[in-house]
Amino acid sequence: MRPRLRPGPKAGRILRRLGFGLGIGLGLALSPPGLQIPVRAATGPPSPGEVGRRAPNFSRVDLDRRRITLADYRGKTVLLDFWATWCEPCLAEIPRFVAWQREYGAEGLRIVGVSMDDDAPPVRAAYRKYALNYPVAMGDEKIGELYGGILGLPVTFLIDAKGTIRFEHRGAVDPNQMQEEIRSLLQRR
Amino acid sequence: MGREGGRIIRPARFAMKRDPRPGPAAHSGYIATAIVLLAALFAPGQARPQASAGASTASAGATIPSAALLQPEELARILRSPGGEKPAILQVGSHVLYAEAHIPGSEYAGAAGEDAGLKTLRDRVQGWKRDRPLVIYCGCCPWDRCPNIRPAYRQLRALGFTHVKALYLADNFGADWVDKGYPVAKGR
Repeated sequence: MRPRLRPGPKAGRILRRLGFGLGIGLGLALSPPGLQIPVRAATGPPSPGEVGRRAPNFSRVDLDRRRITLADYRGKTVLLDFWATWCEPCLAEIPRFVAWQREYGAEGLRIVGVSMDDDAPPVRAAYRKYALNYPVAMGDEKIGELYGGILGLPVTFLIDAKGTIRFEHRGAVDPNQMQEEIRSLLQRR
Repeated sequence: MGREGGRIIRPARFAMKRDPRPGPAAHSGYIATAIVLLAALFAPGQARPQASAGASTASAGATIPSAALLQPEELARILRSPGGEKPAILQVGSHVLYAEAHIPGSEYAGAAGEDAGLKTLRDRVQGWKRDRPLVIYCGCCPWDRCPNIRPAYRQLRALGFTHVKALYLADNFGADWVDKGYPVAKGR
């Protein structure tokens, strides 16, 4: 009878450990997404960008070197647009915003753009190219955090005459829907 | 907001109690697990099914092969697996958005949609081994309209990097990473 080949005690321990690790690794790598262990982060404070909250105030110098202070727009309906020149969906919205500023300006609409570009020169170029008729300021991570995190563009807030955020859109939105929202806020003034 | 090193939101720990000091057996297991995961994820040319990527993935396949896409849950799993070699993670989009939130341990490597950003990326990886596992991500915009991820992938492949994965963020970094509860750091 042939003797069975058995690893020594030390080699056996190592093999068992490697086998354990390989088994877990293969199991995780091959498991379907539905069986993966969910990861949840601490949720932290509630997002300040939620509808119904007071729009956080900020003050910046715009591209024309004029100071923009959001609180100064109290009494107006404000469309606050976070955008960037590298964001295709953002650029697609701009001609519409220019038209709305022209159409609804007399009724109290004020559009304010906040660019999340890293540098001002491309923003100035876009400002001229699209003939923007509303102020644009350079944004940063501080203003982004004020509005619940701007971690993907575009993001648009509609703020009523009392300074309360009434609508919030993350990503491109149906223009007809946004226009209706603007009209509803203008009528409430 | 912490600037130095940034504030890190850590994922919730599992409820199972155990000795916090891993023994030798655990070390061997961890190492083997990490080897298997990295080998599975970064094996060149290996096709992996993409969960719920849909048309976006198919569209992106024109320039980034689906085998080179990495799902967020897969990267999160790699990040939380203890020990083992981690891939280098490079954010190739907006610096402002990176400062707001980024993957812990990732580095800002320039907006690859611009020539200056591509140069930053080239400079950053200069001298790195070409078989080093790399993960690039952006998440500034919906995947199909991201101006950065494809140029970054093409650049790294052209430089000879053989183990490059692009993190598939369907909508943006906020929706597909932060809102999913995966770990986040802040600061530049």
